[in-house]
Amino acid sequence: MSDDKNRDFEVVNRSVPRRDGRAKVSGRALYVSDVKLAGMAYAKVLRSPYAHARIVSMDTSKAEAQPGVYNVLRGDDLGGLNPYFGHAVKDHPLVAIDKVRYAGEPVAAVIAEDELTAYEALEFIHVEYEELPAVMEPQEALDPSAPLLHQRQFEAGALRGFEGEVTAGRGTNLCQEHHVKWGDVDEAFAKAAAVVEGEYYFPMAYAYAMEPYVAIAEVNDQGVTIYSSAQHPFMVRHDLKTIFDMPVSQIRLIVPFVGGGYGSKSYTKIEPLVSACAWKARRPVKLQLSVEEAMLTTRGDDALTWMRTAVDADGKIIARQANIYMNTGAYAENSPLVCEKSSNRCVGPYAIPNVRIDNHMVYTNTVPASSFRGFGCAQVTMAGESQIDELAAKIGMDPYEFRVHNAARPKQEFFPGMRPFDGTLTEDLKIVADNIGWKDPLPSGHGRSIGCSASDAGAYPLTSTAVRVHADGSASLMIGSTELGQGSHTVLPQIVAEELGVPFDLVRVVSSDTAITPYDRSTGASRTTTLMGRAVQEASREAMEQMVRMAADVLGVKESEIETVRGGITCGEARLTWSEVLTRYYRLPDGEVIGRAYIRKDGDFAQLPVFWEAASTGIEVSVDEETGKVTMEKLGTAGDVGLAINPALAEGQDIGAATTGMGIGMFEELEFDRNQLLNGNLLEYRLPRFSDMPRTVKLELVQNRDGVGPYGAKGGGEASLNSLPANIANAVYAATGARIRRAPLTPEKVWRAIRAARGENES
Amino acid sequence: MSNAKPALVELRFELNGKDVAVECEPQQTLSEVLRNRLNLTGAKISCEVQVCGACTVLVDGLPVSSCTYLAYEARGRRVTSIEGLENADRTLHPIQQCFIDEFAFQCGFCTPGMILSAKALLDDNPEPTDDEIIHHMDGNLCRCTGYVPIVKAIRKAAAVMKEARG
Repeated sequence: MSDDKNRDFEVVNRSVPRRDGRAKVSGRALYVSDVKLAGMAYAKVLRSPYAHARIVSMDTSKAEAQPGVYNVLRGDDLGGLNPYFGHAVKDHPLVAIDKVRYAGEPVAAVIAEDELTAYEALEFIHVEYEELPAVMEPQEALDPSAPLLHQRQFEAGALRGFEGEVTAGRGTNLCQEHHVKWGDVDEAFAKAAAVVEGEYYFPMAYAYAMEPYVAIAEVNDQGVTIYSSAQHPFMVRHDLKTIFDMPVSQIRLIVPFVGGGYGSKSYTKIEPLVSACAWKARRPVKLQLSVEEAMLTTRGDDALTWMRTAVDADGKIIARQANIYMNTGAYAENSPLVCEKSSNRCVGPYAIPNVRIDNHMVYTNTVPASSFRGFGCAQVTMAGESQIDELAAKIGMDPYEFRVHNAARPKQEFFPGMRPFDGTLTEDLKIVADNIGWKDPLPSGHGRSIGCSASDAGAYPLTSTAVRVHADGSASLMIGSTELGQGSHTVLPQIVAEELGVPFDLVRVVSSDTAITPYDRSTGASRTTTLMGRAVQEASREAMEQMVRMAADVLGVKESEIETVRGGITCGEARLTWSEVLTRYYRLPDGEVIGRAYIRKDGDFAQLPVFWEAASTGIEVSVDEETGKVTMEKLGTAGDVGLAINPALAEGQDIGAATTGMGIGMFEELEFDRNQLLNGNLLEYRLPRFSDMPRTVKLELVQNRDGVGPYGAKGGGEASLNSLPANIANAVYAATGARIRRAPLTPEKVWRAIRAARGENES
Repeated sequence: MSNAKPALVELRFELNGKDVAVECEPQQTLSEVLRNRLNLTGAKISCEVQVCGACTVLVDGLPVSSCTYLAYEARGRRVTSIEGLENADRTLHPIQQCFIDEFAFQCGFCTPGMILSAKALLDDNPEPTDDEIIHHMDGNLCRCTGYVPIVKAIRKAAAVMKEARG
C-alpha cells in the first residue's frame, strides 16, 4: 500500500493507553473464572493415577448417590456424542475411553450443585485399572518393542495448519515426522574448514497462564454455548461441531478477557469435556481447573536435537544438519505443526546452502504437549544459536561479527520456496550489540552473548472482520481476535481510528463471540496485528467507499467528484463528516454502514510465511562460581516489527517474551520421576520473579515498514523468547568456559559444568 | 465423611470502609467469601499455594493471600480489596493510574494483587528504592510483563503520591 508510506499518522504508531486499562486496574475486567450463570452446576475431574493402564471397570453409583450430585460423566456412557477431538489428529477422547495414556488424564467427571460437593464425590468413584508398561522418552517410544499408546489409525484434521499428511496411528508411536532438505550436506561437511557437532536439550516447560483453564457450557435447543478462556474460539467451534454433529452456526464460543495464554490456550482443551458434562446434566456446567490440573493438561514440547554446522575458510556457514526427537506426550494436540515449524526454524536466520533436517514427534505417556510461545523455534534455537557461538570460538571469530557475516539479508530467499526475508537482522544485531556494550570491558565472572532468530510466523491467513460506522460518528469493530493481554483491543481500534479519522475513544471493540463476530482462524503465531490489522484497515476503507457512494447520492454528484478527507468527504464547497453523510443518507440521525474485509491466502498473503518474525537479543550475566547461580545483569532486545502500531505494547511483548525465555533458560522444567510428574505445582516449578530481572534493560523496535501488515507492520512477541536459552548458555560459556547444552542452566548444572571444565573432581 | 453441611458462622468485618456481615462455613477462605458471597471478583485465584500473589488483599493494611487465609481470621478486621481503591468520585488511586500509564499489565490477572501489594508497600514506605520495591513485590508473579514496567509504575506512583502530600 504505497499510498501509506508517506502518511503522517494521527493515532497509529503512538503508545495510546490500553483500552482495557481501567477495567483491569479496578478488578472489574471479566474473565470466565468470574462468570456465573443462573442454574449453573459445577464439575470436578477424577484423574488417572497411572501413566498407562487399561480401565477394567468403573463404579460411579456411590458418587451419583451423594446429596447434591447431579451426574457422573464417564467414557463408556457418552450416548451419541463423537468423543474424539483434535484439529491435527483426532486422537484425543474428551474423557478416557477404555484406557488412560498419562498420569493425570481425566477418567470421569462429577457434576454437582457446587464445587466442594463435586470434589468430595470424586472419592466415591471406584476404578479398577490394569497397569500397562509406560514409555516416557521419545527414542525409547520408537523402539519396536515399546508399548503402543494408540492402536487406531487416525484421520488428519482438516484444520491441521499444514499440508503434509499426519503420521499418527501407523502402528508405531511416531506422531509426526518432518524433513527439510536442500543441497548436499554430506559433501559440504566433507570439505568444511570447521565443524561443530553436539546434542542439545530443550526442556518440557509449563506456560503458566495465571488463569488456569476454565469453561462454562450450556447445551439446549439453541445448540451449544460455551464461555471459554480459549485463544482460538473458531478452531474450538470446529472440534465441537464434530463432537455434537451440529452445524457451526449452532456452536457458540464466547471469550471474555483471558488471563494469559502464551499458546497454552490455543486449540481445544477442556471445552469438549465441559460441554459433554452440560449435555449429560442438562444444565449449564462450569469447570474450573486448578494450576496443578492445568499442568496436567498441556505443556510445551521438549526436544532433543543432534546438530552439526559447518563453515568454509571464509567463515561462511555452508551446511547444517539436525536430527530432532520431540515429545508430544499422550496426544498430538498441535505438536504435528510444532514438528514442522521446528524443522523449518532450524535454518533461519542464516543463509545456508546445504541443509538437512530430520524431525520426529513421538507419543509418550506424559502430559500432552502443544503450542507454547515461540513453538518450534525456541526448541531448536537452543541448538542453533549455541552452535553459532561454538563455531565462532572454533574459528576465532567474534560471535557478533560471525552472525552479521552470515545472517539472511533483506529480500533474500534463504529458505527455498518461502517468502523472501522481510527483516533487517544485521541492523537488529548492531542495535543490541551497542545497547549491551558488546565491546566494553567485562568484570571477572561476567559473560555476554548475542543471538537472533527468525520464525516463519503468522499461521494460516484466513481472517475477516466488520467495521460498523454509526450515524453519530462512532464505530464498532467486530473482531474474532482474542484479548490475551497482548493488546489487540487497543491496537486494532487504533487502526480504525486512523483510517476513519474518528477519535480513538469512539471506536468500540466487540470481540470473540463466534455467533456475532466474523471468522478469525486464530489468535497466535503473532498474527493478529498483521492479519487482523490488515483486515481492519481494509474494512474501514470499504466502509468509507460505501459512504462516498452515499455522499454522491445525497449531494447529487458523481462519485469521482468526491474527495475523501480525514473524518469525512469534501465536494467543491461542501464538507461532510461521516456522521453527516449517514444522517443525510438515511434522513434520520441513526443507522450505520458496515465495512467488511476478508483476508485469504492470496495477493500479499499468497506466499507463506505471512512474515518472518525476527529479533535479536543480547544479555550480560554474572556467574557465582561457588554456587553456580547465574544472574542476568543486562538485557537488550531489538524487535524487527516493521511498524509498531503501539510501540509501548510492542516493547511489552518483547520484554515479556524475553523473560519467559530467561525462565526456560535458567530454571523452568517439568520433571518426571518414573511415570509421575514430580514438580506439578508452583511451589516446585520455578518461575521468573521480580528479583530475577536484569537491572539494565534496553528495548528497541526496528521499524522499516517491511511487513505485509497495515502500514508495513509485522508481528512480534515470540522472537525475543526464542534465542534467550541459547543466550544464557553462550553467556555462561563466555563467563566461565563451561559449555552447557541442556536447558535450563540451573545452579547445579552450572556448578558441575564449571568443575568439569576445570577438570576438577565434582565431589 | 459426613455430607451434612458444616454449621455456618457469622462473620463481621470492615470491607472497603463499610461494615459487612456474612454467614460462612468455618473452612471457607477469604477469597471464597469475597468472590462467592460478596460478588467481588477482583481477587483472582491462581496458584492456591501462596506463591503467585494474584489473590492478594489487605487485612489491616498488610497483604495476605486470600486464597489460603481463612475468612474467619478476618473477623473484626479491616479488609481492602481492589474494588475499594477507587475514590468516591470514581477517580483512580494513583497506583492504579500509574499502572495504566506505564503499561504495567497485559492480561491483567495478576494486576489486582500487584496493585494491593504495591499499596501496602507505599503506605508503609512512601519513598522506596528500586531494591525495596523488588524485595517487597517478589511474592507477586506476572507472566506477561517481565516486571520492569511494574517497578516503573510503582516508582512513579510513589512520586505522584509524594507530590499530592505536598
